[in-house]
Amino acid sequence: MKMIETSPLTAERIKEYFNQGKRFDGRKLDEFREIVIETGVSKNAEGSARVKIGKTEVLVGVKMDVSEPYPDSPDKGNLMVSAEFLPLSSPRFEAGPPQFESIELARVIDRGVRESKFIELEKLCIKEGEKVWTVFIDIYTMNDDGNLLDAAGIGAIAALKGARIPKYDEETGKTQFGEWTTKNIPLAKDIPISLTVHKVGNSLIVDPTKEEEDISETRVTIASCDGTIHSMQKGNSKEISIEEFNKVLDLIEKAEREIAKKIEKALK
Amino acid sequence: MTTKKSEESSKEFKRPDGRKPNELRKITAKVGIIPNADGSAMFAVGDTIAIAAVYGPKKMHPQHAQNPEKGSLRCNYNMLSFSVTERIRPGPSRRSTEISKITEWALQPVVMIDEFQANVVDVHINVLQANASTRCAGINAAAMALAHAGIPMKSLVQSVSIGKLDKHLVADLIKEEEDWEEGEGATDIPITLTQEGKISHIQLDGKISRKQLSEAIELAKEMSKEIYEAQKKALKDVGEEK
Repeated sequence: MKMIETSPLTAERIKEYFNQGKRFDGRKLDEFREIVIETGVSKNAEGSARVKIGKTEVLVGVKMDVSEPYPDSPDKGNLMVSAEFLPLSSPRFEAGPPQFESIELARVIDRGVRESKFIELEKLCIKEGEKVWTVFIDIYTMNDDGNLLDAAGIGAIAALKGARIPKYDEETGKTQFGEWTTKNIPLAKDIPISLTVHKVGNSLIVDPTKEEEDISETRVTIASCDGTIHSMQKGNSKEISIEEFNKVLDLIEKAEREIAKKIEKALK
Repeated sequence: MTTKKSEESSKEFKRPDGRKPNELRKITAKVGIIPNADGSAMFAVGDTIAIAAVYGPKKMHPQHAQNPEKGSLRCNYNMLSFSVTERIRPGPSRRSTEISKITEWALQPVVMIDEFQANVVDVHINVLQANASTRCAGINAAAMALAHAGIPMKSLVQSVSIGKLDKHLVADLIKEEEDWEEGEGATDIPITLTQEGKISHIQLDGKISRKQLSEAIELAKEMSKEIYEAQKKALKDVGEEK
């Protein structure tokens, strides 16, 4: 049977490595694993993407439907992000009602996309106060080897890019599922990127494997767009000094530029 | 013999995608797609893509579900929200609950896990993209994933949907055929066969005579050979990679 949790001995060893600026897989502390982005992976979705970061893999799909707007935004489309940690993707995930981790992940991704105004929701209004488009971003894990958060963030952006709007019959007021217009979901030019930094002991690392994630004491996820920060979430209970926090911001800024280039290249 | 007859009677019959009555869509099969799993596989037939991952044998949770006399097989079938044109609400539904159980029954005759008392073998099936016949693709993928995980098995199983469109029998239905309305309409018969040619799963919705049902089973038997070859090849390929 497989070891599910990282053993205390392994944890000690990982920490020792970190103190020397090293990692088990030979990466530097601020280095990502290989990122592979593939779009258009599901024919029936409005947009879809498969993102692999090392052995971690997520599948993200965008679907749309016409519904009523929220009372506080009668002239704007709706955005709904959901995430499912499929039991298929890890021996740790069990079937059943959503666990905190998947709820948090969906909410963190939602806020990154929403606050950066990446989707021009005001252009998704059909009739003010009555009918608007709802954009669903559904995230599914395929294999969890750490850093699902960043994989999901990249996946959401990749799936949105080039997502087509379905046909809509004004007379019947129904969406014609399976038929698409030539229009894409209206998006802002710059892409928001959601990235996470973990703190272990005195070390700050990006893109942890599952083993490394297990010993993470605290994490900060930031969605930023061209250096401007749009959303942030600190996870786990350990505190972080202001000095360290500034280092986190530096790390994120550097990583954002790097990842943005990768995404843009993959989406060309 | 019987399949020949059904071919003759369907001679002038045109399927929407131009396939012959006994022609499956293109099969793509791959083993070892989920690194975390003990065994995993993808089975695609045309635009229908199913993946399956096996975890176990492992201690059964919750404990009250443990069977002290023999090991259990637990299947879970799920469609991704964007696998179809109209979004499905994520999470289990009445349909997926039933298909999960059907899948379990389809596989139980071939898995030999009696000696894993109080343990469970979990099979998680997910449909990534759907154009009908998803439960069959799921069962085919599950059989491969179980074999890949090294679970003792008598044999693989092969699953195929046979349809009766108006009066004509065809294999491997697509969505357009499932919604057939002309003449007698569509009868959908997903069938799973073991290597011995025994039926481990059969369902039927529609209207069919006893005679034609026998022909449908014969057609399923004929189709299972091609599926078996695809499963075998994928399992061999992953063996060679190692």
